[in-house]
This record gives sequence, structure tokens and C-alpha cells, in this order.
Amino acid sequence: MHEMSLTEGILDIIEEESRRRGFSRVRKVRLEVGAIGHVEPHALVFCFDAVTRGTVAEGAELDIISTPGAGWCFDCEKSTALTERFGACAYCGGRRVQMTAGDELRLKDMEVE
Amino acid sequence: MCSVCGCATATIEKSGAPAAGDGHGHDHGHDHHAHGHSHPHDHAHEHPHTSDHASGHDRENAHDYGGGLAGVHVPGMSQERIVSIERDILSKNDSYARANRARITQRGVLALNFVSSPGSGKTTLLVRTIEDLKDRFEIAVIEGDQQTSNDAARIRATGAAAIQINTGKGCHLDAHMVGHALEQLPLGKGGLLFIENVGNLVCPAAFDLGEAHKIVVLSTTEGEDKPAKYPDMFAAADLMLLNKSDLLPHLDFDVGACLAAALRVNPRLQTLVVSARTGEGLAAFYAWIGARAGGAGRLE
Repeated sequence: MHEMSLTEGILDIIEEESRRRGFSRVRKVRLEVGAIGHVEPHALVFCFDAVTRGTVAEGAELDIISTPGAGWCFDCEKSTALTERFGACAYCGGRRVQMTAGDELRLKDMEVE
Repeated sequence: MCSVCGCATATIEKSGAPAAGDGHGHDHGHDHHAHGHSHPHDHAHEHPHTSDHASGHDRENAHDYGGGLAGVHVPGMSQERIVSIERDILSKNDSYARANRARITQRGVLALNFVSSPGSGKTTLLVRTIEDLKDRFEIAVIEGDQQTSNDAARIRATGAAAIQINTGKGCHLDAHMVGHALEQLPLGKGGLLFIENVGNLVCPAAFDLGEAHKIVVLSTTEGEDKPAKYPDMFAAADLMLLNKSDLLPHLDFDVGACLAAALRVNPRLQTLVVSARTGEGLAAFYAWIGARAGGAGRLE
């Protein structure tokens, strides 16, 4: 359940931005979460509700944008879609694939007032 | 007025009556008619409405979804201000980790982050390693557990300096905790720093502590498919120690299958089969450490 500390990380960023940009309430938070990363979106939503209680982000909606996995196949020398973290190349079936996307965990933007 | 379609539906509500039901049947995708926000309004209303719709109350009951600070209306992102952040959630941990790494490498210390599930024999392995290497290196240890300082006490019995971090409910060490431990821990020049992470094969994978290498410890009493089941940790590690090799004669553990599973996840992973109890394989582990000590961080 490291989603709890990840969520605390999200809140840290929100509170920092709130002080910096002077907003007092957050309505919506958009997160980019890699589809083949090590974060479970449902757990993130659950923790977000718990962690944001009594903060500027209390009651805010967490909008999770899932970004697809991709990797670079060293044998085909091209980019391939990945559906699992250590999956094979979709073209040649080889395993010499380095993940290039799908591991994101990024606070993209927020709707604030 | 709704600035997207020009409909009056979402715009003006006189006394807080939800406007969604005025028979205006368009179905395009903005959701500002029925927001599920349940947070309390903290500004004064002179009319007793209990609405849970969004924003705009300070403009005389007019709900203008296009007139917020952002000045635009984006479907699904109603009103007010949209601020772009574009920050990695782990960026904070990573900045602490960078500071730790600078501090550690400045002293010429090799920091190793030991990760495994509970019961793989990490502490026993560390105690043995310290006993065998303490004449060659100055060794300091950071122990991470949810509760108790039992492990730090075991380490201190070897004569090495140890700091216990209790994470409470936390399932991993983070770079901030390690930074505080480093403030109190004497690091000998050119020495070794062992960080024993919380026993957990999942969460510690994502957190850089400032170490030079993660070492994943797997024991023969666990399944040989652990690397396939918990790939993140094996992908994050540079070395795998397959511990408790002395028990192999009593088990149906397929070492070859285990190493194959680990290498599938991480083709660059180095592997050693060891026993902290009998000492089997440890000479190779010490050689691995020796080849890296004194130059910590150069692989970064």
C-alpha cells in the first residue's frame, strides 16, 4: 500500500502550489498514471479521499488518466506497445525491450478556486 | 450562459434550484449540471439552498461556467482556474535521494539498499557480512522496520553503528527518513552503508533512497516464481542474492527456474546463490562489494 505515501506526495505538491499560487480550494486533480507502472489507481483514489480530509483538496475529484505502455525493441529497432511491464515485443516476440512509457506518475493539472 | 453550446441550462439559477431538469435535452459531455461535490460552502448565502453544484456563487447567483479566472470552458473541467502543474509525484523523494547520494558519495561510501520480503534472512545476512568485512571496511547500518528495534540491536552486537527507523504504518523507507538517519550516523571514509529496507517485496521498489545499488534477497523457502510475481523489485535491483542455499537439499526449489524468471524480468540482474548460515557463496558477494567500494556512485 505505498499508494498512501504516494498520495501524501500528491498532497505535498498541492499544498506547495496552493501557497505559491494562492488558491484555497481544489476541485479536481488530474493525474497521469502509467498503465503498466506500479500504482493501483483504485487504491490511489481511496487513499486520496483519506489523506485530503481537512486540507485544501478535501472533496476534490481525482481524475486519473491512464497512459499506455510502450517500449523500444532493440532487435526490431522500433517502438512497440507494451501491455505488461516486462512484456515481449509485439513484432518479434523478443524480450530485449526497454520500457519507455507506461510508468508515469505525474500531477498534470488542477482545477482550483 | 454556457460558453460551449450556448444553452441556458447551466447558466442562470435564481434561487439555487438545480437547473438540470428544465427539459432541455442535449446530451453532450459536460458534467457541470450535477457535480457530486459534498464539501461545505464556506461563504454566506442569504437563501437556504443545499445545492451541491459547482461554483460561481459570488456573481449574484449567476453560474457562469465560462467566466472563471481561466476564461475558458473545457468539457469535464468546469469553471474557475485550471493550473498546470506537470510534476512527478516522486520528485520530492527523488530530490531527497539526490541529497543523500551526494552526502554518501562525498564520503566515498558505498551504500547498498537491501530489499526482500519478510523472513528472507536479510538481517542474518547483514550480521554475517559485517562480521566478515568489519576489518576491511567501516560499516554503518540503517535498519527499517514498522516496529521494534530488534534488528538494530542485532547489528550493534557486531560492533557496527546502527540506526533504527520505525516506519509505523509505512511499508517502505523513503529518502527523507534516510536523510534524517544519515544526520546521526557516522560514515567512515570509503566505508560501507547497508540499508535494510522494510520487509516488503512491492513498495520499496519505487523509492530511491540515494543508494548505489538495490540488492534483492530471495530465499529458497519462497517460491521460485517470486521474480515473475513481483517483477518491480527484481527490475529495480542490480544484484539478487538467493539466500538459504543450505536448505536446498530439503526443498523442491528449482534454482535454474528461479534465476531464469529473474533474468526475464531484468536481463542485467547479477545473481549469486548464498547461505548466510554456512557462508556458501559469500566470498563472491564480498568480491562484488569489494569491486564497487571506494568508488560508490560512479555507476550512477
